[in-house]
Amino acid sequence: MTREEIVVAIKDIIATINPDEDLSNLTTDEPLREQIDLDSMDFLDIVMELRKLYSVQVPEEDYKELATLDGCVAYLHPLLEDKPLHCAAKA
Amino acid sequence: MPDLPRVAITGAGLTSPNGNSLDEYRAALLAGRSGVQDYEIRYVGKTHAGICDFDALRHQKRKDVRRGTRAGSIAIYCAHEAITDAGVELDRYDPARVGVYTGVTEHGNVETENEIHEVSQYDFDLRYWSHHHNPRTVANNPAGEVTVNMGLRGPAYSLGGACAAGNLGLIQGMQMLQLGAVDFALAGGVSEAIRTFGIFASFRAQGALAEHEVSAKASRPFDQARNGIVIAEGGCLFALERLEDAEKRGARVLGEVVGHCVNSDGTDFVLPDTDGQNACIRGALASAGIEPAGVDVVSTHATSTESGDSAEAAAVRQVFGDHEGVWINNTKSFIGHAMGAAAALELAGNLPSFRDGVVHPTINVEQLDPACKLGGLVVNEPREVGRVETILNMSFGMLGINSAVLVRSHAG
Repeated sequence: MTREEIVVAIKDIIATINPDEDLSNLTTDEPLREQIDLDSMDFLDIVMELRKLYSVQVPEEDYKELATLDGCVAYLHPLLEDKPLHCAAKA
Repeated sequence: MPDLPRVAITGAGLTSPNGNSLDEYRAALLAGRSGVQDYEIRYVGKTHAGICDFDALRHQKRKDVRRGTRAGSIAIYCAHEAITDAGVELDRYDPARVGVYTGVTEHGNVETENEIHEVSQYDFDLRYWSHHHNPRTVANNPAGEVTVNMGLRGPAYSLGGACAAGNLGLIQGMQMLQLGAVDFALAGGVSEAIRTFGIFASFRAQGALAEHEVSAKASRPFDQARNGIVIAEGGCLFALERLEDAEKRGARVLGEVVGHCVNSDGTDFVLPDTDGQNACIRGALASAGIEPAGVDVVSTHATSTESGDSAEAAAVRQVFGDHEGVWINNTKSFIGHAMGAAAALELAGNLPSFRDGVVHPTINVEQLDPACKLGGLVVNEPREVGRVETILNMSFGMLGINSAVLVRSHAG
């Protein structure tokens, strides 16, 4: 997965969790929770979907690394670069 | 009995397999329209079920539907529709003085089965077990989802009473109003039971799951060839107010709850007991000061099982004998057994008879079982009976719980 594809993957997961949100204007450097309705249970859903879709285990102490889209890319890219994107959306 | 405030039903919000409002539902009951369909669920395979098609997104965001439970969505839909039907703005009440009481046969089986299925796909690695499991499976989930959805802060919880639970919800709402603990109550029952294979499988193992070539004919209480229960989902919450408050605001009153009784057989896990049911009916009548001949409509619980229907028919016969003008019907023949919602839905289906003087029938009776022969049984076609003033709504459940509620017309 490229860095761009990781953004697509994360957005796709968020779209599953919160289908009512418009994700088209998300900025990559602001915390996700300040831009959309995303509470702690939703955040755990993101972690769970990463586990199910990509077999990525994110330990609790690293949750803070996923606060922004930029953070997600930085943290996940080493873990996902050899894995294909699993979602309907395309990069 | 202490002199307690009188309690009125001023609205009904419901989703039934054959209607998503009281008007739709009543029309289906008078037209003989079943809501039972072909259904398939994992491990069980093809069977029958009463399936609802209400629009959950009318009152919930997609995110909240996903996060919550089917029972929660049903309760939320019913709560909003009950308030609309009652013609009341919720902001006239202090949110801490509004109560929600959801009768449930069980709660949590659906989510537990789903989670076990899910982790089985990951070799039972519990890191894949959802953090949503506990909030979805706590017993107060349906009532609690209503409070979260509507911003209510009053007492809200479930009443677990097997298949008698819908009456228990109603009785609890009434009592909380009488105690002055709340000023407005949403009370009744909900069922998400068609989404748990375990309930189907257990009834099948017990020899009590209905089978028929035609799904709409599978639920057939009192018929000689009945062979079991059709499981249904659904819900009904009544808007309840103290009668004095309802009259003060000029509310339309669907009926006044004038008596009730809940008791236990104390005899068996699953088998019904005519004596216990008899005592429950008589208890409700005594609490209202009404003689058997004073009842116009008896809404039976009968679930289309061999032993249950005949035991109940015996109890009804013992109490009401051959009193003329006591009309007896059954709603499960149309919608199946809506479990925790059954009592509330069945009462709701009968309430319009105060207005139209018609008693809906029990349908799907091809040959009446002699053991279930009752003088006033309304069979297959609705019956115009003239004035209806008092309805008895019966609902019984496993472990021998019995419930009966009496509702009287409030004509002006």
